[in-house]
Amino acid sequence: MMRKILLPLILLIAVALLAALPVIGSRALVQDLFMVLCLLVLALNWNLLAGFAGLVSVGQQAFVGIGAYAMFACVILWGMDPLTGLLVGGLVAMALSVPVAFFAFRLHGAYFAIGTWAVAEIARLSLGQWKALGGGTGTSLPKGAAQEMWGAETVRALIGGSKAAAVDALTYWLALALVVVMLIASFAFLRSRMGLGLQAVRDNPVAARSVGVDPTRLKALVFLLTAFGTGICGGLLFIQIGRISPDAAFSLLDWTAFVIFIVVIGGIGTLPGPVIGVLVFYALERLLADYGTVYLIVLGLIGIAIMLFARRGLWGSFIQQTGFDPLPLSHAAPRAGSAN
Amino acid sequence: MAILSLQGVSKSFGALRVTDDVSFALEPGEALGIIGPNGAGKSTLFNLITGNLRPDQGRVMLDGRDITDETPMQRCASGIGRSFQIPQPFGNLSVYENLLVAARFGGGLAATEAPAHCMDILRRTGLARHADRKAGGLPLLDRKRLELARAMATRPRVILLDEIAGGLTDAECVELVATIRAIHAEGTAIIWIEHVLHALTSVVSRLMVLNFGRMLMIGAPDAVMAAPEVREIYLGIEA
Repeated sequence: MMRKILLPLILLIAVALLAALPVIGSRALVQDLFMVLCLLVLALNWNLLAGFAGLVSVGQQAFVGIGAYAMFACVILWGMDPLTGLLVGGLVAMALSVPVAFFAFRLHGAYFAIGTWAVAEIARLSLGQWKALGGGTGTSLPKGAAQEMWGAETVRALIGGSKAAAVDALTYWLALALVVVMLIASFAFLRSRMGLGLQAVRDNPVAARSVGVDPTRLKALVFLLTAFGTGICGGLLFIQIGRISPDAAFSLLDWTAFVIFIVVIGGIGTLPGPVIGVLVFYALERLLADYGTVYLIVLGLIGIAIMLFARRGLWGSFIQQTGFDPLPLSHAAPRAGSAN
Repeated sequence: MAILSLQGVSKSFGALRVTDDVSFALEPGEALGIIGPNGAGKSTLFNLITGNLRPDQGRVMLDGRDITDETPMQRCASGIGRSFQIPQPFGNLSVYENLLVAARFGGGLAATEAPAHCMDILRRTGLARHADRKAGGLPLLDRKRLELARAMATRPRVILLDEIAGGLTDAECVELVATIRAIHAEGTAIIWIEHVLHALTSVVSRLMVLNFGRMLMIGAPDAVMAAPEVREIYLGIEA
Protein backbone atom coordinates (compact mmCIF):
# COMPACT_ATOMS: atom_id res chain seq x y z
CA MET A 1 0.00 0.00 0.00
CA MET A 2 1.51 3.24 -1.25
CA ARG A 3 -0.65 5.30 1.10
CA LYS A 4 0.51 3.44 4.15
CA ILE A 5 4.13 4.52 3.59
CA LEU A 6 3.50 7.94 2.07
CA LEU A 7 1.48 9.51 4.84
CA PRO A 8 3.77 8.66 7.76
CA LEU A 9 6.66 9.82 5.57
CA ILE A 10 5.08 13.22 4.93
CA LEU A 11 4.26 13.59 8.63
CA LEU A 12 7.79 12.57 9.57
CA ILE A 13 9.29 15.16 7.22
CA ALA A 14 6.96 17.85 8.55
CA VAL A 15 7.89 17.02 12.14
CA ALA A 16 11.60 16.94 11.26
CA LEU A 17 11.38 20.35 9.58
CA LEU A 18 9.50 21.79 12.55
CA ALA A 19 12.03 20.24 14.92
CA ALA A 20 14.91 21.88 13.04
CA LEU A 21 13.32 25.34 13.28
CA PRO A 22 15.10 26.58 16.44
CA VAL A 23 18.41 25.85 14.71
CA ILE A 24 17.60 27.40 11.35
CA GLY A 25 14.81 29.90 12.08
CA SER A 26 14.60 33.22 13.93
CA ARG A 27 13.69 33.41 17.60
CA ALA A 28 10.53 35.39 16.81
CA LEU A 29 9.36 32.61 14.52
CA VAL A 30 10.09 29.99 17.21
CA GLN A 31 7.99 31.97 19.70
CA ASP A 32 5.19 32.36 17.15
CA LEU A 33 5.11 28.69 16.30
CA PHE A 34 5.33 27.73 19.97
CA MET A 35 1.99 29.47 20.43
CA VAL A 36 0.59 27.79 17.31
CA LEU A 37 1.66 24.34 18.52
CA CYS A 38 0.15 24.95 21.96
CA LEU A 39 -3.12 26.06 20.37
CA LEU A 40 -3.00 22.87 18.31
CA VAL A 41 -2.61 20.77 21.47
CA LEU A 42 -5.61 22.54 23.00
CA ALA A 43 -7.55 22.10 19.75
CA LEU A 44 -6.78 18.37 19.55
CA ASN A 45 -8.05 18.01 23.11
CA TRP A 46 -11.17 20.06 22.51
CA ASN A 47 -11.90 18.14 19.33
CA LEU A 48 -11.79 14.84 21.22
CA LEU A 49 -14.10 16.32 23.81
CA ALA A 50 -16.66 18.05 21.59
CA GLY A 51 -16.20 16.29 18.26
CA PHE A 52 -16.03 12.72 19.50
CA ALA A 53 -17.47 12.61 23.01
CA GLY A 54 -20.17 15.23 22.28
CA LEU A 55 -19.08 17.27 25.31
CA VAL A 56 -19.18 20.85 24.06
CA SER A 57 -17.26 22.56 26.83
CA VAL A 58 -16.58 26.29 26.81
CA GLY A 59 -14.70 26.02 30.08
CA GLN A 60 -11.47 24.31 29.03
CA GLN A 61 -9.59 27.46 30.09
CA ALA A 62 -10.23 26.18 33.62
CA PHE A 63 -7.76 23.36 33.01
CA VAL A 64 -5.25 25.61 31.22
CA GLY A 65 -5.33 27.98 34.20
CA ILE A 66 -5.21 25.22 36.82
CA GLY A 67 -2.27 23.57 35.05
CA ALA A 68 -0.46 26.89 34.82
CA TYR A 69 -1.11 27.85 38.45
CA ALA A 70 -0.09 24.40 39.69
CA MET A 71 3.17 24.72 37.75
CA PHE A 72 3.78 28.20 39.22
CA ALA A 73 3.03 26.93 42.73
CA CYS A 74 5.48 24.07 42.29
CA VAL A 75 8.25 26.43 41.16
CA ILE A 76 7.62 29.40 43.46
CA LEU A 77 6.37 27.76 46.64
CA TRP A 78 8.19 24.44 46.60
CA GLY A 79 11.24 25.23 44.46
CA MET A 80 10.57 22.41 42.00
CA ASP A 81 11.81 22.23 38.43
CA PRO A 82 9.31 23.81 35.99
CA LEU A 83 9.19 20.56 34.01
CA THR A 84 8.14 18.59 37.09
CA GLY A 85 5.64 21.39 37.70
CA LEU A 86 4.24 20.76 34.26
CA LEU A 87 3.43 17.15 35.06
CA VAL A 88 1.96 18.17 38.40
CA GLY A 89 -0.13 20.74 36.51
CA GLY A 90 -1.56 18.03 34.28
CA LEU A 91 -2.31 15.79 37.24
CA VAL A 92 -3.94 18.57 39.26
CA ALA A 93 -6.10 19.50 36.24
CA MET A 94 -7.14 15.86 35.89
CA ALA A 95 -7.90 15.63 39.62
CA LEU A 96 -10.03 18.76 39.38
CA SER A 97 -11.89 17.35 36.38
CA VAL A 98 -13.36 14.58 38.58
CA PRO A 99 -15.58 16.86 40.71
CA VAL A 100 -16.27 19.03 37.66
CA ALA A 101 -17.50 15.97 35.74
CA PHE A 102 -19.56 14.93 38.74
CA PHE A 103 -21.58 18.15 38.50
CA ALA A 104 -21.34 19.03 34.81
CA PHE A 105 -22.40 15.55 33.60
CA ARG A 106 -25.82 16.17 35.10
CA LEU A 107 -26.22 18.89 32.47
CA HIS A 108 -26.67 18.36 28.75
CA GLY A 109 -26.09 20.36 25.57
CA ALA A 110 -26.14 24.11 26.09
CA TYR A 111 -26.48 23.68 29.86
CA PHE A 112 -23.30 21.62 29.95
CA ALA A 113 -21.50 24.37 28.03
CA ILE A 114 -22.68 27.06 30.44
CA GLY A 115 -21.88 24.83 33.42
CA THR A 116 -18.27 24.33 32.34
CA TRP A 117 -17.91 28.04 31.70
CA ALA A 118 -19.20 28.80 35.20
CA VAL A 119 -16.66 26.35 36.64
CA ALA A 120 -13.86 28.15 34.80
CA GLU A 121 -15.04 31.50 36.19
CA ILE A 122 -15.14 30.07 39.71
CA ALA A 123 -11.59 28.76 39.26
CA ARG A 124 -10.41 32.15 37.95
CA LEU A 125 -11.96 34.06 40.86
CA SER A 126 -10.72 31.53 43.43
CA LEU A 127 -7.10 31.59 42.26
CA GLY A 128 -7.26 35.40 42.25
CA GLN A 129 -7.46 35.01 46.03
CA TRP A 130 -4.17 33.11 46.25
CA LYS A 131 -1.95 35.84 47.70
CA ALA A 132 1.24 33.75 47.56
CA LEU A 133 0.88 33.69 43.78
CA GLY A 134 0.13 37.41 43.44
CA GLY A 135 -3.65 37.39 43.95
CA GLY A 136 -5.61 39.22 41.30
CA THR A 137 -2.61 40.94 39.72
CA GLY A 138 -0.56 37.78 39.30
CA THR A 139 3.16 37.13 39.52
CA SER A 140 6.23 36.14 37.49
CA LEU A 141 8.40 33.05 37.54
CA PRO A 142 11.50 33.70 39.71
CA LYS A 143 14.44 35.09 37.77
CA GLY A 144 16.31 32.26 36.13
CA ALA A 145 13.82 29.52 37.05
CA ALA A 146 13.01 28.81 33.42
CA GLN A 147 16.61 29.28 32.28
CA GLU A 148 17.87 26.78 34.84
CA MET A 149 15.21 24.21 34.17
CA TRP A 150 16.11 20.67 33.27
CA GLY A 151 17.49 20.45 29.74
CA ALA A 152 17.99 24.16 29.15
CA GLU A 153 21.79 23.93 29.44
CA THR A 154 21.95 21.00 27.05
CA VAL A 155 19.81 22.88 24.53
CA ARG A 156 22.03 25.92 24.83
CA ALA A 157 25.14 23.83 24.24
CA LEU A 158 23.39 22.33 21.22
CA ILE A 159 22.16 25.43 19.43
CA GLY A 160 24.18 28.22 21.05
CA GLY A 161 22.74 31.70 21.58
CA SER A 162 21.37 33.29 24.74
CA LYS A 163 19.86 31.54 27.74
CA ALA A 164 16.47 33.00 26.87
CA ALA A 165 16.69 31.61 23.33
CA ALA A 166 17.49 28.19 24.76
CA VAL A 167 14.33 28.35 26.90
CA ASP A 168 12.32 29.28 23.82
CA ALA A 169 13.79 26.37 21.89
CA LEU A 170 13.19 23.91 24.73
CA THR A 171 9.57 24.92 25.30
CA TYR A 172 9.04 24.85 21.53
CA TRP A 173 10.34 21.30 21.30
CA LEU A 174 8.21 20.26 24.22
CA ALA A 175 5.15 21.74 22.49
CA LEU A 176 6.06 19.89 19.29
CA ALA A 177 6.48 16.65 21.25
CA LEU A 178 3.11 17.25 22.91
CA VAL A 179 1.46 17.67 19.49
CA VAL A 180 3.01 14.45 18.19
CA VAL A 181 2.06 12.51 21.31
CA MET A 182 -1.48 13.93 21.22
CA LEU A 183 -1.92 13.02 17.54
CA ILE A 184 -0.65 9.47 17.95
CA ALA A 185 -2.56 8.94 21.21
CA SER A 186 -5.80 10.31 19.73
CA PHE A 187 -5.48 8.10 16.68
CA ALA A 188 -4.76 5.02 18.79
CA PHE A 189 -7.60 5.85 21.18
CA LEU A 190 -10.17 6.45 18.44
CA ARG A 191 -9.21 3.22 16.68
CA SER A 192 -9.44 1.26 19.93
CA ARG A 193 -12.47 -0.49 21.41
CA MET A 194 -13.27 2.59 23.45
CA GLY A 195 -13.00 4.88 20.43
CA LEU A 196 -15.39 2.65 18.52
CA GLY A 197 -17.81 2.75 21.43
CA LEU A 198 -17.52 6.52 21.53
CA GLN A 199 -18.42 6.80 17.84
CA ALA A 200 -21.40 4.50 18.42
CA VAL A 201 -22.57 6.73 21.27
CA ARG A 202 -22.17 9.79 19.03
CA ASP A 203 -24.45 8.19 16.43
CA ASN A 204 -27.10 6.72 18.73
CA PRO A 205 -26.77 6.70 22.53
CA VAL A 206 -29.86 4.53 23.14
CA ALA A 207 -28.74 1.81 20.75
CA ALA A 208 -25.20 2.05 22.15
CA ARG A 209 -26.46 1.26 25.65
CA SER A 210 -28.41 -1.70 24.33
CA VAL A 211 -25.26 -3.27 22.86
CA GLY A 212 -23.36 -2.85 26.11
CA VAL A 213 -21.63 0.53 25.65
CA ASP A 214 -21.69 2.76 28.74
CA PRO A 215 -21.86 6.34 27.36
CA THR A 216 -21.24 8.10 30.68
CA ARG A 217 -18.16 6.05 31.42
CA LEU A 218 -16.60 6.73 28.03
CA LYS A 219 -17.39 10.43 28.18
CA ALA A 220 -15.97 10.71 31.70
CA LEU A 221 -12.79 9.00 30.53
CA VAL A 222 -12.38 11.47 27.65
CA PHE A 223 -13.14 14.39 29.98
CA LEU A 224 -10.42 13.22 32.40
CA LEU A 225 -7.80 12.56 29.74
CA THR A 226 -8.37 15.85 27.93
CA ALA A 227 -8.19 17.71 31.24
CA PHE A 228 -4.75 16.17 31.71
CA GLY A 229 -3.60 17.16 28.21
CA THR A 230 -5.05 20.65 28.56
CA GLY A 231 -3.47 21.10 32.00
CA ILE A 232 0.00 20.13 30.79
CA CYS A 233 -0.37 22.48 27.85
CA GLY A 234 -1.39 25.27 30.26
CA GLY A 235 1.75 24.72 32.33
CA LEU A 236 3.95 24.74 29.23
CA LEU A 237 2.36 27.92 27.90
CA PHE A 238 3.11 29.78 31.10
CA ILE A 239 6.69 28.52 31.43
CA GLN A 240 7.30 30.28 28.14
CA ILE A 241 5.18 33.35 28.93
CA GLY A 242 6.88 33.57 32.34
CA ARG A 243 4.16 35.63 33.97
CA ILE A 244 0.79 34.55 35.25
CA SER A 245 -2.42 36.33 36.27
CA PRO A 246 -5.94 34.95 36.70
CA ASP A 247 -7.20 36.86 33.67
CA ALA A 248 -4.44 35.57 31.39
CA ALA A 249 -4.44 31.99 32.68
CA PHE A 250 -8.22 31.62 32.55
CA SER A 251 -8.75 33.59 29.33
CA LEU A 252 -11.91 32.37 27.61
CA LEU A 253 -10.87 34.07 24.37
CA ASP A 254 -7.29 32.72 24.16
CA TRP A 255 -7.70 29.18 25.42
CA THR A 256 -11.24 28.27 24.36
CA ALA A 257 -12.80 30.67 21.82
CA PHE A 258 -9.79 30.57 19.46
CA VAL A 259 -9.56 26.83 19.99
CA ILE A 260 -13.21 26.31 19.08
CA PHE A 261 -12.69 28.46 15.99
CA ILE A 262 -9.70 26.33 14.97
CA VAL A 263 -11.58 23.06 15.38
CA VAL A 264 -14.76 24.29 13.68
CA ILE A 265 -13.09 25.70 10.57
CA GLY A 266 -10.70 22.73 10.32
CA GLY A 267 -13.39 20.09 10.73
CA ILE A 268 -14.89 19.01 14.03
CA GLY A 269 -14.91 15.27 14.66
CA THR A 270 -12.03 14.58 12.27
CA LEU A 271 -8.49 13.98 13.39
CA PRO A 272 -6.66 16.17 10.83
CA GLY A 273 -9.27 18.94 11.25
CA PRO A 274 -7.51 20.81 14.07
CA VAL A 275 -4.20 20.69 12.17
CA ILE A 276 -5.78 22.34 9.12
CA GLY A 277 -7.65 24.76 11.37
CA VAL A 278 -4.54 25.93 13.19
CA LEU A 279 -2.76 26.58 9.88
CA VAL A 280 -5.66 28.76 8.69
CA PHE A 281 -5.78 30.48 12.05
CA TYR A 282 -2.08 31.28 11.96
CA ALA A 283 -2.26 32.55 8.36
CA LEU A 284 -5.19 34.84 9.24
CA GLU A 285 -3.40 36.08 12.32
CA ARG A 286 -0.36 37.05 10.24
CA LEU A 287 -2.46 38.67 7.52
CA LEU A 288 -4.66 40.66 9.87
CA ALA A 289 -2.09 41.41 12.57
CA ASP A 290 -2.12 45.14 11.80
CA TYR A 291 -5.86 45.64 11.95
CA GLY A 292 -6.55 45.25 15.69
CA THR A 293 -10.09 44.33 16.57
CA VAL A 294 -11.05 43.92 12.89
CA TYR A 295 -9.06 40.70 13.17
CA LEU A 296 -11.52 39.25 15.69
CA ILE A 297 -14.52 40.39 13.64
CA VAL A 298 -13.13 38.67 10.55
CA LEU A 299 -12.42 35.49 12.53
CA GLY A 300 -15.99 35.52 13.81
CA LEU A 301 -17.43 36.03 10.33
CA ILE A 302 -15.37 33.19 8.89
CA GLY A 303 -16.47 30.95 11.72
CA ILE A 304 -20.13 31.77 11.04
CA ALA A 305 -19.69 31.25 7.29
CA ILE A 306 -18.12 27.81 7.83
CA MET A 307 -20.91 26.80 10.21
CA LEU A 308 -23.54 27.86 7.66
CA PHE A 309 -22.02 26.64 4.41
CA ALA A 310 -19.50 23.91 5.26
CA ARG A 311 -20.65 22.42 8.52
CA ARG A 312 -18.01 19.72 8.48
CA GLY A 313 -15.24 22.31 8.27
CA LEU A 314 -12.50 22.43 5.64
CA TRP A 315 -11.19 18.92 6.16
CA GLY A 316 -14.63 17.37 6.61
CA SER A 317 -15.85 18.99 3.38
CA PHE A 318 -12.72 17.85 1.58
CA ILE A 319 -13.32 14.22 2.59
CA GLN A 320 -16.96 14.51 1.62
CA GLN A 321 -16.16 15.93 -1.82
CA THR A 322 -13.25 13.67 -2.73
CA GLY A 323 -13.97 10.54 -0.69
CA PHE A 324 -10.25 10.50 0.10
CA ASP A 325 -9.48 10.01 3.79
CA PRO A 326 -5.80 9.35 4.50
CA LEU A 327 -6.39 8.89 8.23
CA PRO A 328 -9.46 6.66 8.42
CA LEU A 329 -10.72 5.85 11.89
CA SER A 330 -12.92 3.07 10.52
CA HIS A 331 -12.38 -0.66 10.82
CA ALA A 332 -12.55 -2.46 7.48
CA ALA A 333 -14.28 -5.82 7.43
CA PRO A 334 -11.88 -8.78 7.18
CA ARG A 335 -11.07 -9.50 3.53
CA ALA A 336 -11.74 -13.21 3.47
CA GLY A 337 -15.33 -12.66 4.50
CA SER A 338 -16.14 -9.92 2.00
CA ALA A 339 -17.10 -12.31 -0.78
CA ASN A 340 -20.80 -12.98 -0.71
CA MET B 1 -34.94 -22.95 35.99
CA ALA B 2 -36.39 -20.18 33.85
CA ILE B 3 -33.78 -18.11 32.03
CA LEU B 4 -35.86 -14.95 32.24
CA SER B 5 -38.85 -14.20 34.40
CA LEU B 6 -41.03 -11.22 35.22
CA GLN B 7 -42.81 -11.07 38.56
CA GLY B 8 -45.73 -8.69 38.89
CA VAL B 9 -44.15 -5.99 36.73
CA SER B 10 -46.10 -2.73 36.41
CA LYS B 11 -45.27 0.59 34.78
CA SER B 12 -47.29 3.79 34.46
CA PHE B 13 -46.70 6.91 32.43
CA GLY B 14 -48.65 9.47 34.45
CA ALA B 15 -52.17 8.12 34.86
CA LEU B 16 -51.74 5.64 32.01
CA ARG B 17 -50.87 2.14 33.16
CA VAL B 18 -48.90 0.77 30.20
CA THR B 19 -47.78 -2.43 31.90
CA ASP B 20 -50.13 -3.90 34.46
CA ASP B 21 -48.97 -6.71 36.74
CA VAL B 22 -47.30 -8.86 34.09
CA SER B 23 -45.74 -12.15 35.21
CA PHE B 24 -44.31 -14.91 33.07
CA ALA B 25 -41.28 -17.18 32.83
CA LEU B 26 -39.23 -18.01 29.76
CA GLU B 27 -37.48 -21.39 29.68
CA PRO B 28 -33.96 -21.65 28.26
CA GLY B 29 -34.11 -22.01 24.48
CA GLU B 30 -37.84 -21.29 24.37
CA ALA B 31 -39.44 -19.09 21.71
CA LEU B 32 -42.29 -16.90 22.97
CA GLY B 33 -44.43 -14.69 20.76
CA ILE B 34 -46.18 -11.53 21.94
CA ILE B 35 -49.18 -10.08 20.13
CA GLY B 36 -51.64 -7.36 20.97
CA PRO B 37 -53.23 -4.25 19.48
CA ASN B 38 -51.24 -1.04 19.01
CA GLY B 39 -50.62 0.65 22.34
CA ALA B 40 -51.03 -2.59 24.29
CA GLY B 41 -47.62 -2.02 25.91
CA LYS B 42 -45.57 -4.55 23.95
CA SER B 43 -42.54 -2.38 23.32
CA THR B 44 -42.76 -1.01 26.86
CA LEU B 45 -42.51 -4.57 28.13
CA PHE B 46 -39.28 -4.97 26.13
CA ASN B 47 -37.92 -1.74 27.55
CA LEU B 48 -38.63 -3.03 31.04
CA ILE B 49 -36.79 -6.27 30.29
CA THR B 50 -33.75 -4.53 28.75
CA GLY B 51 -33.56 -1.86 31.44
CA ASN B 52 -34.36 1.14 29.24
CA LEU B 53 -37.28 1.62 31.61
CA ARG B 54 -37.54 0.84 35.31
CA PRO B 55 -40.71 -0.84 36.56
CA ASP B 56 -42.77 0.93 39.23
CA GLN B 57 -43.48 -2.44 40.81
CA GLY B 58 -42.29 -6.01 40.35
CA ARG B 59 -38.99 -7.69 39.61
CA VAL B 60 -37.15 -8.81 36.50
CA MET B 61 -35.02 -11.94 36.97
CA LEU B 62 -32.31 -13.44 34.74
CA ASP B 63 -31.15 -16.96 35.66
CA GLY B 64 -32.97 -16.50 38.96
CA ARG B 65 -30.94 -13.37 39.71
CA ASP B 66 -32.73 -10.06 40.31
CA ILE B 67 -31.64 -7.63 37.57
CA THR B 68 -34.32 -4.98 38.18
CA ASP B 69 -31.71 -2.42 39.26
CA GLU B 70 -29.19 -3.17 36.51
CA THR B 71 -28.47 -0.86 33.58
CA PRO B 72 -29.12 -1.84 29.93
CA MET B 73 -25.34 -2.24 29.51
CA GLN B 74 -25.10 -4.76 32.36
CA ARG B 75 -28.13 -6.69 31.13
CA CYS B 76 -26.69 -6.83 27.64
CA ALA B 77 -23.42 -8.19 28.99
CA SER B 78 -25.41 -10.78 30.99
CA GLY B 79 -26.98 -12.06 27.79
CA ILE B 80 -30.06 -10.02 26.84
CA GLY B 81 -29.94 -8.79 23.24
CA ARG B 82 -32.57 -6.72 21.50
CA SER B 83 -33.63 -5.27 18.18
CA PHE B 84 -35.55 -2.01 17.96
CA GLN B 85 -38.94 -1.65 16.29
CA ILE B 86 -37.70 1.44 14.46
CA PRO B 87 -34.17 0.54 13.31
CA GLN B 88 -31.53 2.41 15.28
CA PRO B 89 -28.30 1.89 13.34
CA PHE B 90 -25.05 3.68 14.14
CA GLY B 91 -25.43 5.64 10.91
CA ASN B 92 -21.88 6.90 10.44
CA LEU B 93 -20.32 3.53 11.19
CA SER B 94 -20.10 0.75 8.62
CA VAL B 95 -22.39 -2.27 8.85
CA TYR B 96 -19.41 -4.33 10.01
CA GLU B 97 -18.52 -1.75 12.66
CA ASN B 98 -22.10 -1.77 13.93
CA LEU B 99 -21.60 -5.43 14.77
CA LEU B 100 -18.04 -4.92 15.98
CA VAL B 101 -19.18 -2.49 18.69
CA ALA B 102 -21.80 -4.99 19.83
CA ALA B 103 -19.32 -7.90 19.83
CA ARG B 104 -16.55 -5.99 21.65
CA PHE B 105 -18.81 -4.47 24.31
CA GLY B 106 -21.95 -6.52 24.90
CA GLY B 107 -20.45 -9.73 23.53
CA GLY B 108 -17.26 -9.28 25.55
CA LEU B 109 -15.13 -10.61 22.69
CA ALA B 110 -11.43 -9.76 22.34
CA ALA B 111 -10.06 -7.85 19.35
CA THR B 112 -8.80 -11.11 17.88
CA GLU B 113 -12.10 -13.01 18.17
CA ALA B 114 -14.63 -10.33 17.28
CA PRO B 115 -13.97 -9.91 13.50
CA ALA B 116 -14.63 -13.57 12.63
CA HIS B 117 -17.71 -13.62 14.87
CA CYS B 118 -19.10 -10.50 13.15
CA MET B 119 -18.39 -11.74 9.63
CA ASP B 120 -20.09 -15.05 10.45
CA ILE B 121 -23.25 -13.21 11.53
CA LEU B 122 -23.11 -10.88 8.51
CA ARG B 123 -23.04 -13.90 6.20
CA ARG B 124 -25.91 -15.59 8.03
CA THR B 125 -28.07 -12.47 7.88
CA GLY B 126 -27.27 -11.77 4.24
CA LEU B 127 -25.42 -8.52 4.99
CA ALA B 128 -21.88 -9.57 4.10
CA ARG B 129 -21.86 -7.73 0.79
CA HIS B 130 -22.72 -4.50 2.62
CA ALA B 131 -20.07 -5.00 5.32
CA ASP B 132 -18.09 -1.84 4.56
CA ARG B 133 -21.09 0.30 3.66
CA LYS B 134 -22.26 3.04 5.99
CA ALA B 135 -25.24 1.78 7.98
CA GLY B 136 -27.08 5.09 7.60
CA GLY B 137 -27.55 4.51 3.86
CA LEU B 138 -29.14 1.05 4.04
CA PRO B 139 -32.66 0.36 2.69
CA LEU B 140 -35.38 -0.81 5.10
CA LEU B 141 -34.92 -4.57 4.77
CA ASP B 142 -31.20 -4.32 5.38
CA ARG B 143 -31.79 -2.03 8.35
CA LYS B 144 -34.07 -4.67 9.83
CA ARG B 145 -31.45 -7.33 9.14
CA LEU B 146 -28.86 -5.11 10.78
CA GLU B 147 -31.02 -4.81 13.90
CA LEU B 148 -31.12 -8.60 14.12
CA ALA B 149 -27.43 -9.02 13.23
CA ARG B 150 -26.28 -6.43 15.79
CA ALA B 151 -28.37 -8.05 18.51
CA MET B 152 -26.84 -11.42 17.60
CA ALA B 153 -23.34 -9.95 17.77
CA THR B 154 -23.78 -9.31 21.51
CA ARG B 155 -23.96 -13.12 21.91
CA PRO B 156 -27.32 -13.11 23.69
CA ARG B 157 -28.90 -16.07 25.46
CA VAL B 158 -32.25 -14.29 25.21
CA ILE B 159 -32.95 -12.20 22.13
CA LEU B 160 -35.85 -9.73 22.01
CA LEU B 161 -37.20 -9.01 18.53
CA ASP B 162 -39.54 -6.06 18.12
CA GLU B 163 -41.67 -6.22 14.95
CA ILE B 164 -38.72 -7.28 12.87
CA ALA B 165 -40.90 -8.63 10.03
CA GLY B 166 -43.12 -5.55 9.76
CA GLY B 167 -43.04 -3.84 6.37
CA LEU B 168 -41.27 -6.66 4.56
CA THR B 169 -42.48 -8.45 1.42
CA ASP B 170 -43.48 -12.12 1.70
CA ALA B 171 -40.22 -13.31 0.16
CA GLU B 172 -38.16 -11.14 2.50
CA CYS B 173 -40.23 -12.38 5.40
CA VAL B 174 -39.55 -16.03 4.56
CA GLU B 175 -35.83 -15.31 4.50
CA LEU B 176 -35.97 -13.54 7.86
CA VAL B 177 -37.98 -16.36 9.46
CA ALA B 178 -35.38 -18.86 8.28
CA THR B 179 -32.64 -16.82 9.98
CA ILE B 180 -34.62 -16.54 13.20
CA ARG B 181 -35.34 -20.28 13.20
CA ALA B 182 -31.61 -20.92 12.81
CA ILE B 183 -30.85 -18.70 15.81
CA HIS B 184 -33.49 -20.54 17.79
CA ALA B 185 -32.12 -23.93 16.73
CA GLU B 186 -28.78 -22.96 18.30
CA GLY B 187 -30.47 -22.71 21.68
CA THR B 188 -31.01 -18.97 21.95
CA ALA B 189 -34.25 -18.12 23.72
CA ILE B 190 -36.45 -15.70 21.78
CA ILE B 191 -39.20 -13.27 22.67
CA TRP B 192 -40.75 -11.90 19.52
CA ILE B 193 -43.31 -9.11 19.18
CA GLU B 194 -44.97 -9.34 15.77
CA HIS B 195 -48.08 -8.41 13.85
CA VAL B 196 -47.25 -10.77 10.98
CA LEU B 197 -48.90 -13.77 12.62
CA HIS B 198 -47.95 -16.54 10.19
CA ALA B 199 -44.27 -15.59 10.55
CA LEU B 200 -44.59 -15.57 14.32
CA THR B 201 -46.46 -18.86 14.69
CA SER B 202 -43.98 -20.65 12.43
CA VAL B 203 -41.31 -20.08 15.08
CA VAL B 204 -42.82 -19.71 18.54
CA SER B 205 -44.15 -22.48 20.76
CA ARG B 206 -46.05 -20.17 23.10
CA LEU B 207 -48.01 -17.02 22.50
CA MET B 208 -48.82 -14.17 24.87
CA VAL B 209 -51.59 -11.65 24.24
CA LEU B 210 -51.27 -8.19 25.74
CA ASN B 211 -54.15 -5.73 25.95
CA PHE B 212 -54.10 -2.38 27.79
CA GLY B 213 -50.88 -3.46 29.48
CA ARG B 214 -52.42 -6.61 30.93
CA MET B 215 -51.53 -10.15 30.01
CA LEU B 216 -54.80 -11.44 28.59
CA MET B 217 -53.65 -14.95 27.84
CA ILE B 218 -50.55 -17.08 27.42
CA GLY B 219 -50.33 -20.58 25.99
CA ALA B 220 -50.05 -22.72 22.88
CA PRO B 221 -50.51 -20.55 19.74
CA ASP B 222 -53.48 -22.53 18.39
CA ALA B 223 -55.34 -22.44 21.67
CA VAL B 224 -54.65 -18.75 22.16
CA MET B 225 -55.74 -17.78 18.67
CA ALA B 226 -58.90 -19.83 19.03
CA ALA B 227 -59.92 -18.21 22.31
CA PRO B 228 -63.01 -16.01 21.92
CA GLU B 229 -61.66 -13.10 23.97
CA VAL B 230 -58.51 -12.98 21.85
CA ARG B 231 -60.45 -13.04 18.60
CA GLU B 232 -62.65 -10.27 19.86
CA ILE B 233 -59.99 -7.95 21.25
CA TYR B 234 -57.04 -8.59 19.05
CA LEU B 235 -58.60 -9.39 15.72
CA GLY B 236 -61.83 -7.45 16.16
CA ILE B 237 -63.83 -10.53 15.11
CA GLU B 238 -67.06 -11.45 16.84
CA ALA B 239 -66.72 -14.69 18.74
